[in-house]
Amino acid sequence: MRLTATNLAARRSGRRIFSGLSFTLGPGEALMVTGRNGAGKSTLLSLLAGRLKPDAGTIAVADVGEATLAECLHVVGHRDGLKSPLTAEENLVFARDLLGAPTASPAEALEELGLGHALRLPVAYLSAGQRRRVALARLLVCRRPLWLLDEPTAALDTASQAVLAGLMARHRAEGGLIVAATHQSLGLDNARDLRIDEALKPVSATGDANSAEANSAASEVWW
Amino acid sequence: MVIRVMRALIARDLQLAARVGGSGALSLVFFLMIVALVPFALGPDLNLLSRIGPAILWLSAVLATLIGLDRLFQADEEDGSLDLMTGAPAPMEMVVLAKVVAHWLTTGLPLALASPLFGLLVALDGTAMGATALTLLVGTPALTFIGAVGAALTASIRRGGLILAVLVLPLMIPTLIFGVSATDAASGGTVPFTTPLAILAALSLIAAVIGTFAAAAALRWSE
Repeated sequence: MRLTATNLAARRSGRRIFSGLSFTLGPGEALMVTGRNGAGKSTLLSLLAGRLKPDAGTIAVADVGEATLAECLHVVGHRDGLKSPLTAEENLVFARDLLGAPTASPAEALEELGLGHALRLPVAYLSAGQRRRVALARLLVCRRPLWLLDEPTAALDTASQAVLAGLMARHRAEGGLIVAATHQSLGLDNARDLRIDEALKPVSATGDANSAEANSAASEVWW
Repeated sequence: MVIRVMRALIARDLQLAARVGGSGALSLVFFLMIVALVPFALGPDLNLLSRIGPAILWLSAVLATLIGLDRLFQADEEDGSLDLMTGAPAPMEMVVLAKVVAHWLTTGLPLALASPLFGLLVALDGTAMGATALTLLVGTPALTFIGAVGAALTASIRRGGLILAVLVLPLMIPTLIFGVSATDAASGGTVPFTTPLAILAALSLIAAVIGTFAAAAALRWSE
């Protein structure tokens, strides 16, 4: 799929957060959204996820058939979308049935994130980092081309950060897209950087055109 | 696909209601408490009790419906599950419908089924008991759907429970009027039983349509 945002502007509670934001993202590409606290990184992800309406500008997707943007993406953010009374497995089974396009089983997905033992534990018993890993396991139980990650490494230990980097690399190799809001390096090779400035002047992502093209040419597109 | 999404949502909400903290049993106990309090307040006048019994049962049912209604969407908004549901391959209306049906199955339906038993506490005769149960069965969906609109509007408000009650109780008045008048008609009145019952059923159907769309709209436009 291909994601194009043109001249995006966001307003929350009547205050202009950012404006004139443009970028395009093709298969296998990743976008790192950086900026100071409150610059609008999470707001940008909410716009893409369809939870907020842009104040101006457009977001368009191409090469996804009849699916809408909201149906092509995974969100892993500060709110992990897990129900504490349910077990990790039940949470993932629900996510799989809700989102469709199942791939890995919940057990396999959790195993991959090193949480195989927590399969039948209520999520309430898990630590913050473990909950985050259960939320990340959602990325593996359903296949969706665009991953929206808001501070994905928050609360993760070094080993899990390496696992996440591996998952993201695999996702991109399969032609997936990643938009990540972060303060740290996520181990994303050739990721483009989108810096949301405090000044409200137009900003846009200017990546290394050559590497981006090489990426999209190399990747197999399956959606 | 839409059916699968709705089934997943209903299954999860029933599962959650069965676990600790579910509101189903709680609203039933609350219902019992109000019905049990009335004879203490009015004194042991059986004729008076059996005359106003249906009204007491209906009033208790309206109040008991409010229990747990404030968490209907708020819980999902807080933990990020609502973001997940936005990405489901189904319109928000269907998500709302599934959640409201699950909520009714765990609150409205048990209330209706238990009402003959609670009718004993207010000295109802057999006909009135059956009529109350039937009218509650037909009328509680209207209460739940009306309440869902309030629940969606207050989803992002911290202490939304009281605002919710103030918002939706006036809208529940028509249902209350026709519920009680149908029950009165069953135990000897001037109008036939079926007339108010048919109006009650119509109210439930209207509330199902308007409530579903209004709640979905409220969830979509909330931040």
